[in-house]
Amino acid sequence: MTAPAGPSGRTLREREARAGLFLMSPTLVITLVVVVVPLLWAVMLAFQNVRLINIRRVGLFGRYTLENFAYVLAEPGFWSALANTLVYTVAGTVLSIGVGLAAALALRGAFPGRTLVRASILIPYVAPVVAVAFLWQVMLSPQYGIVNTWLGEPIAFLSQAEGAFLGVRVPVALLTVIAFEAWRYFPFAFLFILARLQALPPELDEAAVVDGATPTQRFRHVTLPQLWRVIALLSVLRFVFTFTKFDDVYLLTGGGAGTEVVAVRVYDFLTARDDLGASAAQAIVMAAVLVVFLVVYLRSFGGAEARR
Amino acid sequence: MTGATRPPLTRDRLERGLLRVLKPLVIAALVLATAFPFLYMAMLSVRDVQELILEPGSLWPRRFTLSSYADVLGRQGFLTFMRNSAIVSAASVAATLLISIPGAYALARLRFRGRRQVHFLFLAVYLFPAIVPAIPLFVLFTMLGLRGSLGGLVLVYVAQTVPVAVYMLRNYFETVPESVEEAAAIDGCGRIGTILRVVLPLSKPALMATGLYAFMIAWNEFLFALLFLVEKRESWTVSLGLSQLAGGIEVPATVLMAGSVVLTLPIVAVFFASERLLAGGLAIGAEKG
Repeated sequence: MTAPAGPSGRTLREREARAGLFLMSPTLVITLVVVVVPLLWAVMLAFQNVRLINIRRVGLFGRYTLENFAYVLAEPGFWSALANTLVYTVAGTVLSIGVGLAAALALRGAFPGRTLVRASILIPYVAPVVAVAFLWQVMLSPQYGIVNTWLGEPIAFLSQAEGAFLGVRVPVALLTVIAFEAWRYFPFAFLFILARLQALPPELDEAAVVDGATPTQRFRHVTLPQLWRVIALLSVLRFVFTFTKFDDVYLLTGGGAGTEVVAVRVYDFLTARDDLGASAAQAIVMAAVLVVFLVVYLRSFGGAEARR
Repeated sequence: MTGATRPPLTRDRLERGLLRVLKPLVIAALVLATAFPFLYMAMLSVRDVQELILEPGSLWPRRFTLSSYADVLGRQGFLTFMRNSAIVSAASVAATLLISIPGAYALARLRFRGRRQVHFLFLAVYLFPAIVPAIPLFVLFTMLGLRGSLGGLVLVYVAQTVPVAVYMLRNYFETVPESVEEAAAIDGCGRIGTILRVVLPLSKPALMATGLYAFMIAWNEFLFALLFLVEKRESWTVSLGLSQLAGGIEVPATVLMAGSVVLTLPIVAVFFASERLLAGGLAIGAEKG
């Protein structure tokens, strides 16, 4: 049986498909032109010896080479930046989710002023990164920052690579940048986790109360198992976003004092060194490392899901 | 048994008691950590810089002064930057909605080839690091002479927000009952007429949420503004202007904080004015960039 033909001689199904593609086309065009094509171009740049000056001569089909990768990977700065990125990402992800979870649990029930508290919690996340980065710089300034007036002796939080804390050597600036990350993004985790908490059926918790479970037991065995999915999702999102983050570190420390992350290096190669090829090669390596981590994570996590 | 018996101290009672104390403490700590820095920002912006250096520990200014704001808005040109940011943000919101509404409608209602693959594409765009396409776009804009133009910046912002916008809108459009649309079709509405007269009026909250998301990205964004506009001062956005202000010579902290207030206040105001309408929309987006 054939579908009834429309006035233009095509079937309804065909007309629907045409309309669908027509309505989708602006979205597809802008995504392709501004995101997908540049991505492919970035890959090509990574394999070419290009600077901004000779870009016109090199062209799309210039000589392809692995020099950029060899150069980038041979620099010790890259490996320390990669290590910094990892520490920064893992710690920033764990802390922001941890604080977000605590905040969501604390704000789960109703109490007077809850709306205001919630609004206050969201501000670090809504405020522009440039403003909050300078706010931290000013607050932590060794000369006139308010935080240092509370301390016995001033600490240069953002410009001191290492310091001693209770006799242990700690990377001061890196820890400060991680704290910034946790402070700025815990509201993101808070929003996700609170939404999930409020959607949980109350019956399970009530049943556990009747069975005599204490609050921590209920959290451990009733609430937390229902939150794992959203926490897993948040881990992926925060890991991906933090791993490639540029603004926060660039604005806080400029990548100095042992806080250089790969994204900041990519930017430096692009602007200060004017080395497009090496910059692109670094960005590609960064993306590749990220994909490897994601695959490993999804494999192990997916496996755990299947066993459950 | 004698009168005043207290129930024995069980683990349950102990934990409940502890939590009753702990919860307000956690809430107080959270409020302090989030609200205090912004109050400090506002206080510094109306303080005299000499006073700050003499008494960095005091919170309340002895004397209020608006000279930092005069400096930022006048001499540093933040009024121009605010105008630029407003133009870029408004254009991004308009273009994002204009492009994503038909796309979202198509995904919600129409069957066509490649519909499933589109989701994958969007997820990839959402998760992909912005700095990777930034490199060739920087080259391209240099070659085309588009560096310094606000239009180029809008293009990039729209491309970054469209995937999430389509996703948010599609989810909402799917909740609009199909029977309402069929009724409109029977009454003689074409496809476009149905979208304009039936679907959009029913989707106001989602449109607000999507618009707010696009606005936040455009107003707060820093990397692309830095890459594309830095050489042309008259087209700086507020974010870029503030970052360059800090890099300048001997800008007092009070002026820096006044600039931060100027940058933060509009977005926080817009956010809280429309937040009631958003429900879950915000949780998806607002990152990226």
